[in-house]
Amino acid sequence: MTGITPEAFVFGLSAVGAGIAMIAGLGVGLGQGIATGQALQAIARQPEARGSLMGTLFIGFAMAETSVIFALIVAIILIFVHPFTLS
Amino acid sequence: MSLDVSPRIIFWWSPSFYITETALWAMIVAAFLIIMALLSTRKLQRNPKGMQGVAELIVETVYNFVRDTMGKRNMAFAPYIGTLFLFLFFSSLLGLLHWRAATADVNFAFAMAILVFLLIQINSIRSKGVGGYFKHFAKPYPFMYPINLLEEITFPLSLGFRIFGNILAGYIIMELFFDMLAGVTSSIGIPFLQMVIPLPLNFFFDMFEPGLQAFVFSMLTMSFIARAITYPGDEE
Repeated sequence: MTGITPEAFVFGLSAVGAGIAMIAGLGVGLGQGIATGQALQAIARQPEARGSLMGTLFIGFAMAETSVIFALIVAIILIFVHPFTLS
Repeated sequence: MSLDVSPRIIFWWSPSFYITETALWAMIVAAFLIIMALLSTRKLQRNPKGMQGVAELIVETVYNFVRDTMGKRNMAFAPYIGTLFLFLFFSSLLGLLHWRAATADVNFAFAMAILVFLLIQINSIRSKGVGGYFKHFAKPYPFMYPINLLEEITFPLSLGFRIFGNILAGYIIMELFFDMLAGVTSSIGIPFLQMVIPLPLNFFFDMFEPGLQAFVFSMLTMSFIARAITYPGDEE
């Protein structure tokens, strides 16, 4: 632990925290994958419903992304805004 | 690396009176939209051609969409929804020219979200009356009052953060990608890698995402306004 200044230590741990915060992407990825699979099944069963299905699918994607967007904002704040700097 | 997530002040007259980059871009986009609207409606003809045709196509699409989503009696909101969509879309499209998009600033995103929030609440009060407005939070069961109140308050929060996070993430990825390409080519001397390689990323993050996010923003605005307005005839 020699040669590491306290500021560098805090910045490094902030970066680690940002990385951990983005684990939230796991759930959203799973959810969107399931949603796409179901939409593909629906299109295969009823190809003429494709237009309305795609619109609903994208709206659902945007809604599901909300949680990972919050995680992304936490990560961005940790990396760029430095909320834990030593005063 | 020129990454910056805070608003950049570009003109200032005094420490408390200044213009940020975002405000300037918002004004330029608004002026561009107004000028395009004036130009396309200058000489109206019965058989539209050129710019008038494009403008009529946009207006017709928006009106059809609002009619399908909000119902025929809420058609008065169609101009606002169309303007909101075009304004958000063009403000986010600035990343295509390798500028920082206006929506990548949290102040811009939240200004739009608060505008929508006020619109929803004012219309809710206007259609229900003040007493009915405070009563409708306890609609299914009285113990759900705080939950319904919280839902109303978190709606603009998630609306603003959604468009801000998406556009800012695209901006950061584009900056990092350009930095990587510049780093690779700096040893050669001629920066040629930046020419064609970022185009697919540009298409996704600077054209597809703004369109999708502006669409989602106006879509959620439409459905929440339509939900907030109750007419004397309908019962829940």
